[in-house]
Amino acid sequence: MKTILNEHHLSLTIQRLCHQILENHLDLKDTVLIGIQPRGIYVSDRLVRELKKELPGQPVNYGLLDITFYRDDVRKQLLKANHTNINFTVENKHVILVDDVLFTGRTIRAAMDALLDFGRPASVELCVLIDRRFSRQLPIQPDYIGKSIDSFQSQKVKVFWKEKDGAEEVVLM
Amino acid sequence: MQLSSKHLLGIRQLTAQDIQLILDTASQFKEVLQRPIKKVPSLRDVTIVNLFYENSTRTRISFELAEKRLSADTVNFAVSGSSVSKGESLLDTVNNILSMKVDMVVMRHSATGAPHFLSKHIQASIINAGDGINEHPTQALLDAFSITEKLQSLRGKKIAIVGDIMHSRVALSNIYLLRKMEAEVMVVGPPTLIPKYLQEAFDIRVEYNLLKALQWCDVANVLRIQLERQNQVLFSSLREYNLAYGIKKSVLAQLKKEIVIMHPGPINRGVEIDSDVADSQQSVILQQVENGVAVRMAVLYLLAGQRES
Repeated sequence: MKTILNEHHLSLTIQRLCHQILENHLDLKDTVLIGIQPRGIYVSDRLVRELKKELPGQPVNYGLLDITFYRDDVRKQLLKANHTNINFTVENKHVILVDDVLFTGRTIRAAMDALLDFGRPASVELCVLIDRRFSRQLPIQPDYIGKSIDSFQSQKVKVFWKEKDGAEEVVLM
Repeated sequence: MQLSSKHLLGIRQLTAQDIQLILDTASQFKEVLQRPIKKVPSLRDVTIVNLFYENSTRTRISFELAEKRLSADTVNFAVSGSSVSKGESLLDTVNNILSMKVDMVVMRHSATGAPHFLSKHIQASIINAGDGINEHPTQALLDAFSITEKLQSLRGKKIAIVGDIMHSRVALSNIYLLRKMEAEVMVVGPPTLIPKYLQEAFDIRVEYNLLKALQWCDVANVLRIQLERQNQVLFSSLREYNLAYGIKKSVLAQLKKEIVIMHPGPINRGVEIDSDVADSQQSVILQQVENGVAVRMAVLYLLAGQRES
């Protein structure tokens, strides 16, 4: 087990991602952040918290998306569905999808399908905390990357969060 | 994470965990039904036949909508106009349909145990949409879902089931479910419509006085008087039944609390429930119908997901 990011490093990375998002979306007026359930929402929670610090008083459009019903492996294993909460339209909005680890790209494929059921966004970008390079099974690339790593297929990347797991770090197992 | 059975024959065969899983999944599907596009691609590769040997409005439309909103392919079968009238047996009919590569069967039949019989002879998953006087599991699940929406949980809640307990498959499924989820159950109705050994068999209360039952309960689930199943006279007239057991404003006004009124439909207005009660704020009858689609989506999704395991 190897630590990729420790707690301090993780919070610096989140701050940097927040600034990179703001560089491209200055006032966030037509921008929405969507965290992918179940574990992407911890990244998006923190990003939204940072964005609100940078732009006090400005509302941030923020939703949660569960992709269980859009998976391409329903017949192989059933996963527990989580709550989706998008109480605004994404029509003509610039959407930033947020997840913790980008691996095969299949989750993001499903997330884009799910997202389109909420309207036709002006654009869709992808923000991930960890990008596992050279492991994609679909042509999907992130726009904002916390950290790129090289890993074997057999390895696992796990992100731990204080509110969920007690500790805060990213490890390669 | 999966159900303990590949069929949904009745609540009797489910565990408390199964029931909780279905209710949890249903609440996610309820959110799907609020979206601009109320459809998910989960069952794109699944074909389902709706086999209704008995009349139905709500259940059939609800199942069909649930199937369509999961992107399944559906075939509808109605007995009238089919080869059943030429004398084809149930098993032959179903085997013929299944040889056209159908994965799941939703069936309603007037014979008690018909889906159980089929499940022993065919590979496809069977979902019981009502068999004779036995069970109507998806109705009990949607009733439970509607109660949890109103009262947060089932455990310890007091549910009175009012009316024709004897002929009602809704009553039996509800009793199984509520007892498995540790709710308290009371049945109330004329003695002629309450089976003799119910109390001992399920550890529930039996009451013959409507007012006392309503004073006890948090939720009253009012059953339809099944005119088509009464071959003998079990009460003297509909008017007398209405006077003794009909849910009326005047009876509810005597209670010191507001209870939730449920009814599985179709309603005989002015018999088991008066119109002003059925259409009041207290009644969740139309929410039950709305929840029915989400609950059936959950059942179909969970059963389809384990076809190959």
